[in-house]
Amino acid sequence: MTERPQPILEVRDLRVRFATSRGEVRAVDGVNLALAPGDTLGLVGESGSGKSVTLRAILRLLRSNATTTGEARWRGQDLLAMPEKRLRALRGREIAMIFQEPMSALNPVIPIGVQIAESLQAHTALDAAGRRRRAIELLDLVGIPSAAQRLAGYPHEFSGGMRQRAMIAIALAAEPKLLLADEPTTALDVTIQDQILKLLLRLSRELGMAMVLVTHDLGVVAETCERVSVMYAGRVVETGPVDRVFTAPGHAYTDALLRSMPHGGVARAPLRPIPGLPPRLDRPLQGCPFTPRCAYAEGRCGAEAPPFAPVAPGQEAACWASDRLARREVPA
Amino acid sequence: MKDGALLQVENLTKAFPLGRSLADALRGRPQRALQALGGVSLSVNRGETLGVVGESGCGKSTLARCLVRLYEPDCGAVRFEGKDVLGLTGEARRSYHRRVQMVFQDPYASLNPRLSVGDALAEALTVHRIVEPSATRDRVGALLDLVHLPRDAADRYPHEFSGGQRQRVGIARALAVEPSVIIADEPVSALDVSVQAQVVNLFLELQDRLGLSLVFITHDLRLVRHVSHRLAVMYLGKVVETGDTEAVFTAPRHPYTRALIAAVPQVDPHQRSTREAVRGELPSPIAPPPGCPFHPRCPIAEPRCRTEVPALDRRHGGWPVACHLAGAPST
Ligand SMILES: Nc1ncnc2c1ncn2[C@@H]1O[C@H](COP(=O)(O)OP(=O)(O)OP(=O)(O)O)[C@@H](O)[C@H]1O
Ligand SMILES: Nc1ncnc2c1ncn2[C@@H]1O[C@H](COP(=O)(O)OP(=O)(O)OP(=O)(O)O)[C@@H](O)[C@H]1O
Ligand code: SF4
Ligand SMILES: [Mg+2]
Ligand SMILES: [Mg+2]
Repeated sequence: MTERPQPILEVRDLRVRFATSRGEVRAVDGVNLALAPGDTLGLVGESGSGKSVTLRAILRLLRSNATTTGEARWRGQDLLAMPEKRLRALRGREIAMIFQEPMSALNPVIPIGVQIAESLQAHTALDAAGRRRRAIELLDLVGIPSAAQRLAGYPHEFSGGMRQRAMIAIALAAEPKLLLADEPTTALDVTIQDQILKLLLRLSRELGMAMVLVTHDLGVVAETCERVSVMYAGRVVETGPVDRVFTAPGHAYTDALLRSMPHGGVARAPLRPIPGLPPRLDRPLQGCPFTPRCAYAEGRCGAEAPPFAPVAPGQEAACWASDRLARREVPA
Repeated sequence: MKDGALLQVENLTKAFPLGRSLADALRGRPQRALQALGGVSLSVNRGETLGVVGESGCGKSTLARCLVRLYEPDCGAVRFEGKDVLGLTGEARRSYHRRVQMVFQDPYASLNPRLSVGDALAEALTVHRIVEPSATRDRVGALLDLVHLPRDAADRYPHEFSGGQRQRVGIARALAVEPSVIIADEPVSALDVSVQAQVVNLFLELQDRLGLSLVFITHDLRLVRHVSHRLAVMYLGKVVETGDTEAVFTAPRHPYTRALIAAVPQVDPHQRSTREAVRGELPSPIAPPPGCPFHPRCPIAEPRCRTEVPALDRRHGGWPVACHLAGAPST
């Protein structure tokens, strides 16, 4: 492995269980992540694989039916163990989060401008006039036209994409050192998405902001991130440099994910989704969780969990078929 | 009425009044408004998918909400099977609401947090008397199968799902009442490519089997090319180009459409940032530019573009486009 600088965020063996009326759901099942200043890590994986829960767990923003174990070290201190008061001081200031569903994070009865100003008030020394100026500047940065006239608008008066960008403005208000961005550009068209991603990359380069970018758009990961981790059923099943993982995946799930993308092929021809459903998370999993849906599965896959092992420099995967993927060698 | 047009929209406009500050009111400044739709015309045929694309804030959701009468448009007409929709009342209005369903862009805000998913679906089935009460449970299960959610999802509440799972609940709810038209506002934007493919295949299949019509609003150009027969490109509350999807993608006639298509991100990491996006000042529906709404960002604008509004028409043959300089279609 190449020499990497000291991580500022180190997540070790993160596990999240939800208590429900139907039993216990293991949403996150032993996740490890490490980020150095300025790092950009893409986090991808099927719907329900635990991406949002992982980010929320790091900042302890899960509902009360969740139990979290493991470590999330921020500059050496465990976020999961520190007193709530101390964590609140870090949240929004050093570590900011962009939530997947803006309406879940924005207050519906407070104008957008006031919500940005509140974030500025909590995390900067600006006076009221300075906060107003900065709020306009931030809305402008995220591409909201007539920003000054928009400050008085309520969330429901913004379009879906504008709400998402207003939330990005709130998250960036304090110039955080780490940004946990959960699908920050899903509601955006390519041109504005491009503008937002360039803004995030600039902050990462100029201010050394580290970023975890959750997205299902592999194109966005390719454009923005140096490294990528792939999640499946609550686990990271592959991690490595984006250009390696996307061209020579080491896990059969990553391979299948890449193949289910529309490639501008025949119009209106069916796409090729991965067959079947992800496993239930309220049952114990044996072996590799992807086995029932995997074209490469062999005898031991369903019985023996594959180790998370190096497949190339800087790239690791937990798959028994790593070396068969490139040759498309499917068992008879 | 155009042959086969099931849903027809003519010259729809919608403005929202802007909050006026006390200072403005005292100085007697006029109340300002935000023009979200500035005269939109389009039509959807039976069994057809119309893709609607355009920049964030250009009015796509407002259009969708006008179509299902969540917003009352200021002017213009909406016709369904040739009949005026905006004047419907009573039973006729209820029937329209069943036959034209909407999938909302924000599932978090559109699902009732206190209803389990099974109850929410059952409610839709009962209100519109889709199945016998005794068959409700089976039908709920079948709907969950359709959108690839496990059957035990019926007992769960909206907050117990991931974002993409919630989006699929919204789709199941729209499908429950067996509509003729689905207005789908970013229906798969929160889904990973594999589940996205499953849902898209489901739409295509229902279309073939039941002749479902779809208005598919999305910012994903790769996807829209894949699913839609025809395309409408919106800019600042107006349709600026509309035509057969393949034709528009192959030889876009409006400079904005060209810029949109050029900006599609590439999956290949080696092709980073070689693409051109639309540049220049973002347009504002509060102070729309005079003339062609695209002129401040248009690379080929001429003096008349700054003063004369280009109409959406066929110019030199081909499909409708709203640009003074659109030449004959180049195919
Ligand atoms: N409060 C909760 N109670 C019970 N289960 C939950 C709760 N929150 C999430 N889950 C479950 O945990 C799993 C992981 O959810 P998560 O939101 O992390 O998925 P995700 O990877 O972000 O998916 P998506 O791409 O759809 O947003 C899902 O199966 C979800 O149903
Ligand atoms: N209820 C409302 N009150 C005031 N303004 C509104 C309202 N609904 C929408 N608008 C404004 O109308 C314009 C168009 O919004 P709309 O939601 O239709 O955009 P959109 O094309 O769907 O964008 P996106 O891709 O971001 O979802 C925006 O400027 C928005 O702020
Ligand atoms: S009318 Fe003029 S400004 Fe508008 S798109 Fe055409 S060339 Fe550009
Ligand atoms: Mg999520
Ligand atoms: Mg919208």
